[in-house]
Formats: sequence, C-alpha cells, structure tokens
Amino acid sequence: MPGLEDLYREIILDHYRSPRNRGELPPPAVRTEGHNPLCGDEIQVYLAVQNGFVSDVKISGQGCSISQSSASMMSAAVKGKPIAEVRSIVRCFKSMMTIEEDSETEAQDEKVKLGDLEALQGVVKFPVRIKCATLAWNTLLQGLDEATA
Amino acid sequence: MSTDFIKVRQDFPVLSRVINGKTLVYLDSANTSQKPRVVIDAMTAFLQHDYAPINRSGYQMASEATDLYEGARIAVAKFINAPNANEVIFTKNATEALNLIVRTWGLANLKRGDIVVLTHMEHHANMVPWHMLVAEIGIELRFIPITPDGQLDLSTLDELLIDAKVLSFTSMSNVLGTITPAKLLCDAAHRAGAIAIVDGCQSVPHMVTDIQDMGADFLAFSSHKMCGPSGLGVLWGRQQLLESMPPYMGGGNMIADVRLDGFTCAELPAKYEAGTPPITEAIGLGAAVAYLNDVGMVNVQNHETEMASYAIDQLTKRLGDDIVIHGPTNPELRGATLSFALKNIHPHDVSQILDQSNVCVRAGHHCAKPLMRLLGVNATVRASFYLYNNHQDADSLCDALEQAREFFSV
Repeated sequence: MPGLEDLYREIILDHYRSPRNRGELPPPAVRTEGHNPLCGDEIQVYLAVQNGFVSDVKISGQGCSISQSSASMMSAAVKGKPIAEVRSIVRCFKSMMTIEEDSETEAQDEKVKLGDLEALQGVVKFPVRIKCATLAWNTLLQGLDEATA
Repeated sequence: MSTDFIKVRQDFPVLSRVINGKTLVYLDSANTSQKPRVVIDAMTAFLQHDYAPINRSGYQMASEATDLYEGARIAVAKFINAPNANEVIFTKNATEALNLIVRTWGLANLKRGDIVVLTHMEHHANMVPWHMLVAEIGIELRFIPITPDGQLDLSTLDELLIDAKVLSFTSMSNVLGTITPAKLLCDAAHRAGAIAIVDGCQSVPHMVTDIQDMGADFLAFSSHKMCGPSGLGVLWGRQQLLESMPPYMGGGNMIADVRLDGFTCAELPAKYEAGTPPITEAIGLGAAVAYLNDVGMVNVQNHETEMASYAIDQLTKRLGDDIVIHGPTNPELRGATLSFALKNIHPHDVSQILDQSNVCVRAGHHCAKPLMRLLGVNATVRASFYLYNNHQDADSLCDALEQAREFFSV
C-alpha cells in the first residue's frame, strides 16, 4: 500500500490550508460549477479572459484537501497565461492523472512544466482520489470552452 | 437467550482478512454487509449441485430449484411476518422495489395536484422516483421536518397529511441512524386516508420486523445489507394492492397468457417478476434469513444498541469537542450507524487516514443530499456497526481518528 506521504505532500497541505485565489469574479467572467458525486464536493471556477489570456481566476466551493489544493495550484498555474498554454497545462495535468499509457505519450510531446503541480502525481496511486484532483480542472475546461465559444 | 457474539464474528470469513499486517475493521455495513459462511456455502452448493431454471422446465432439477427459490420467499415472508408469501416480490434491489411502487401504484392512482408526504431524511431512492412523478404528472411533495437532535419533527404531522395520498418514509435513517416511529406513522397515514410505504433498508437487517404490527402497505428492503448477496431486493405489499396495480416490467414469467392482441398477467408474485430472477441470490438470502433467525433479531438489536452506546461514549471521551456526532445521542432511539464530523477535516481525508489502519468507513453524502444541506455539510464520515462488530472495532476507529486529527493538525 502506498504511504500517506505520497498523497499528502507538504505543498498540497500548504495549498489546502492557505488556498490561493479564493473568491468570486463578477460577470462578464465565466462561472462554471463542478460536482463530485462520490463525496458531494462542489467547486465553482470563475474565469476572466482578455485578449487571449486568462486575466484572472477565482475558486469557491468546498471539498477535501486534494480537490481544494489541486484547485488552488491550478489557479496559480493558469493565471496570466495565454489560453493556448492553459489548455496544454490542462492536458498535461490530466494525462499525469491517468493510468492509461496512450494519453500519456500523446501529451508528453507538449513539454509543459507542471512545477508544483507534480506534487499531485502521488494521487494516481490512490485511484479513488483521482476524481478529487481533476474536479477543478474539468470545471476549468468547461469555463474555457464557454469563454472562447 | 443470549448469543455468543464472539462466535458470530467467526462466522464471517472476510473479517479475518489481514491487509498490511492489520486485520479488517469493517464499519460500512449500512452501505453493504459482509456475508456469513452459511450464505456463501448455500450459494456455492446451489451453483455446484442444483443450479437449474425455475418455473419453466419440468425435469427434477428444475423442480428442485423452483422449490429452493420459493422456499427462500417463504423464509423472507416469515422473517417480516407477512401474512402471505405471495406478497413477497423479489426485485433487483430496494431501489427497484421503491421505483416499482411509484411506477405502478403511483402512476395508476395519482394525478396532478395529489400530495405525497416524505421526510427530510430520505435516501435518494425514496425521493428521486417521486420527483420524477412531480415532473411527469404534477404531484406535490411535502416533507416531514427534522428536530435538531435528528428525529422526525411530528408536531405538524397531521397538517402535512391533510389530503395526502401517500406517506413514504424510512424506518431508520441511513445517515443519522434515527429509528423512526413506523407504526405511529402508518396509523397517521391511514387516518388521513393515505397509504403508508416504508423504506426498511436500514431497519430490517437490524431489528425485528413485524409488518402486520407496523401496519404498512408496502415495505422495501435489500438483501445485501442483511448478510445476503447483492443483486436482490425485496418488495412486500398488501395482496389486494399488488393485485389491483398494473404490472411493472413485461416479459416472460409475468404472464398467464399472451395473444397477438394483448396479454393477461400471471398471479402474484410472478406478476412482478418478469424474466429470469436472481435465483442463486434468492437462495443466498434465504440462508441469510435463517442465519439471522438463529442469532435472533432481538439479540442483534440489543447487541447494536450496546455497540452504539459504547461507540458514542468512546468517541466523545477520546475526541471531545473535536467530534460532532449527528443524530440522536440516546442509543435507544437509534441504530448503530454513526455519522460525524471530525474538526474541520474533510470526511474524504478522514476516511483516507482510516484506510491506512484498515478501518473501512464511508465518507460522502450517503445518497441523502437534502439531509446534508440541512446539516450544513456536504459530506459526513459514517461508521456503521453490525452483529459482527465488537468493542475492539470501536476502539480501532477511535485510534485511527486520533491519528487523522494529528495528521491534519495545523
């Protein structure tokens, strides 16, 4: 059995205790909502897009340490980035969170530095928690689609 | 007669499983129960020696299989003191049993504006099927509220039941453990001219069920929560109601005759058992019922009242203000299903730490999201005890919770 330290890395607990970019954004920022039916977690992602950049992002909602820290790290990673780069960060993160080989090789070409986000890699050893880690990211993707539609 | 619960525990092979040097502490029986060896053996024996179709073929094996299947029905009928075994319908699960009532009796007897009364503590399985009728035919729902200590607030019961056609309620909350006054509720429903439907999923496995004394019109429960296999639920209904209702699914076994211009339904219980049923599972449930009868349901309930009392006592002593237990604190008013919050640590994180000690609990909304909203949480940790649990399990739970508290201390 993988140890708890694989899952609860210090940086994850740090983001859980002091989440970055908490709050809401007024329209025209796009608001999308994600649910984890397994544990009842809810998350709202507010996304402001200007001139092809994610100019601001805010997160609200409740959830476990993994979902909350993942959302917090995500917000820090995408804020101020061009949309194309944000999309490739999302792809790389999601491929890190998958167990299947195919999607991994596909995304490896992209060479995006995930930085702190790599701390979440240990989540893959706890398959039940993968949905917690990807909740914010799937919600962000919806927001990106809406903002760029 | 007292039962040796040390021996009971040994009847469940899975409980001796060791993972990473730690024995299993199974506290998720409100979710699904473990199986005693007699159930596993009965199903294995049937599959190895006796497996054959029921109600169809005429050879000896088929006739024996039919007798075993129908024997299970008789055992289940006796277990709940049903007047007639033909009133016991085997379904896929309790959810299907509840849906069957809504889709047959409900659609045949309810129209726009008709009132159905539920409680605020229902499982989604006794709420969503009614929501579907709200959307389809415009029935109206009312909800019995809950007191701060997690019991049904019956102060406005008679008002809520005015003009109601149905009162459908759980006999034990799957989140709070609250035992509801089923007989009183059935009586009140009948006085108001409504039928009474009881979701017995959490109570039937844990206490004596006497359907005639309770006075319900329908009762739904599941096999897998009462030491039987999954894939099987039970619907009991009053014969006259079941006979008056339209069929649920059409197909083989449920017909007396089929012509090009229509069909005639079979008699009960076949009318509601279209297709090949879960034969092996029904035989497993028959064995589970025999097992529970041997232990004695009064003994089971007493054991669990004592377990709830001990667990609440220990949790409160060892975790103090860091733990909030939802639902009644008086063990006489509840089953041994304990939902709680540990400080502000998310239930999912708590269960993860507990899993390191092989302590199995459920974290989540327990298919009761309206109740979660009322409690002001989006999830709880739930530890649920059954006849095979002991004080050591409660102690292991407390040990692991102390570790979780330490791990997440800021």
